[in-house]
Amino acid sequence: MPSESSAPPAISVQHLWVTYRVSMERKPTLKSSLMRAGRGERLVREIVAVRDLSFDLPRSRVLGIVGNNGAGKSTLVRAIAGILPPTQGRIEVRGRVSTLLALGIGFNPELTGHENVILGGLAAGYTRAEIEDKFEEIGEWSELGDFLELPVRTYSAGMFGRLAFAVAVHMEPDILLVDEALSAGDAAFKAKATAKMHSLLDQAHTMVLVSHALETVQNMCSDAIWMEKGELKMMGRPADVISAYTNNENVDANAATTREDV
Amino acid sequence: MADAVVSEQSSVDDDEFRGNYHVYEPYRAGLPRLKPYLRELWRRREFLDEMARSRVRAENMDTLFGRAWTVLSPLLTALTYYLLVLILTRGAGVENYLIFLLSGIFLFQILQDAMAHGAKSVVGAGRMITNTAFPRVMLPLAEVRLALSEFWPTMIVLVVFLIGYRIPPHWALISLIPIFALYLIMCAGIAMLLATLQVFFRDTRSFIPFFSRMWLYASPVLWTSNQVPAELKSLEWLNPMYAITASWSNAIVNGTWPAPSAYLIAAIWSFVLFFLGAYVFLSRERDFAVRI
Repeated sequence: MPSESSAPPAISVQHLWVTYRVSMERKPTLKSSLMRAGRGERLVREIVAVRDLSFDLPRSRVLGIVGNNGAGKSTLVRAIAGILPPTQGRIEVRGRVSTLLALGIGFNPELTGHENVILGGLAAGYTRAEIEDKFEEIGEWSELGDFLELPVRTYSAGMFGRLAFAVAVHMEPDILLVDEALSAGDAAFKAKATAKMHSLLDQAHTMVLVSHALETVQNMCSDAIWMEKGELKMMGRPADVISAYTNNENVDANAATTREDV
Repeated sequence: MADAVVSEQSSVDDDEFRGNYHVYEPYRAGLPRLKPYLRELWRRREFLDEMARSRVRAENMDTLFGRAWTVLSPLLTALTYYLLVLILTRGAGVENYLIFLLSGIFLFQILQDAMAHGAKSVVGAGRMITNTAFPRVMLPLAEVRLALSEFWPTMIVLVVFLIGYRIPPHWALISLIPIFALYLIMCAGIAMLLATLQVFFRDTRSFIPFFSRMWLYASPVLWTSNQVPAELKSLEWLNPMYAITASWSNAIVNGTWPAPSAYLIAAIWSFVLFFLGAYVFLSRERDFAVRI
């Protein structure tokens, strides 16, 4: 692959460690921490979520991350997004990043759909002008029509999901990070969202996709990573990685449960 | 096929690319690298603005008086105190007391909002913190911005009262520009400090109403600086709000210029609290995503 040496990778993760210190208390209060200090205890536990993980992802590739719950997939994506700082190692990201980690970030239910598109877009790091440019397209894609001028609290879950998804994917990010976001909504929405994702891929966007839906990874991704207990177990073609993962887990890649668990 | 796209795109977009180059590394000395942090903060100023403004729009939307509450609430507070002081002092008192009280209460409202809402700002942001990358310091700063935008309408009310009481404007009002700027800097520092404390000690918020009221009573808002007994005069500087509130009300009501020491004390307190708040916030900020 000659061009890869000339173009630097879109995402380069080098010996990444992410460690959390998690408080074991339900609600940390001054009293409880004073009392613990008095007893000489510490109720923090260190959790290594990502352990010495390295990979490069060239531009316009789609990386699927598979693994069990708690394998560190979400942590890895959040580290790439710059939300969780590395404990050790280094991440380089080239390009404008947009995240689909949860839907409707920054939305205020009291405000109208229109106002929330602006707010959500600004929260994601775009300028007001860029958002205004895309507004019509977002409105059209989300199929909300007149509802755009009504407060978001009046929306159904599906309408909310469509609007939030539309904001994230219509801003033309260079790199899109997705964490299970396709799971929102009904079958029609899923189909529409998947189609939109495919069209993003055709425009040569780089994407990282965390999913339990092995079928989605198989269909959409050019590369795949299998994570286990924070470590990189395998990286390669999706078909190979998925079959290794499923053999290890003794689950059938085509079993109904994994298919539905998008 | 993918490879061809890679080489073609990279030559076209190289310039735009550089502006969007992020490196994430472990923090060294507790603080993030300040230059990129501040640059990002500046780039995101529209979001800060919109956060504050959308809160104004969303709040009070379904109450009868709507946005009028931003003026009504401090006005009613002032009237309550007015009655209280009238009863306690049996009317003996200060010339233009109501004006004096209003100007002080309206000013103090910014600090009280910055404290109450600043403390909630990070913990209340929840999903936004765990799912979006942005300079977290925008959250408490937006609360100060919001408090400021709710402050301006109360100034209109104050002007109406000033006209009613026939108190003419005086050149000394110019002195309030630096005093007010220092005050806002202090509010920002306190908001950042309390926002961080609230993440680690969830009961911070419960103390704030009491602390904020005690601070009000300890400042020359209900009483004037002339009424301070001589033996306590030397302790005035211990209250960060003393110089600011005294300069403010005296300039508005009496047209007196603040003493040079008032500027100095206000400046020292404001910058100390600002840098303390900023340091505490920025050095703890990376823990927020896993702590809330």
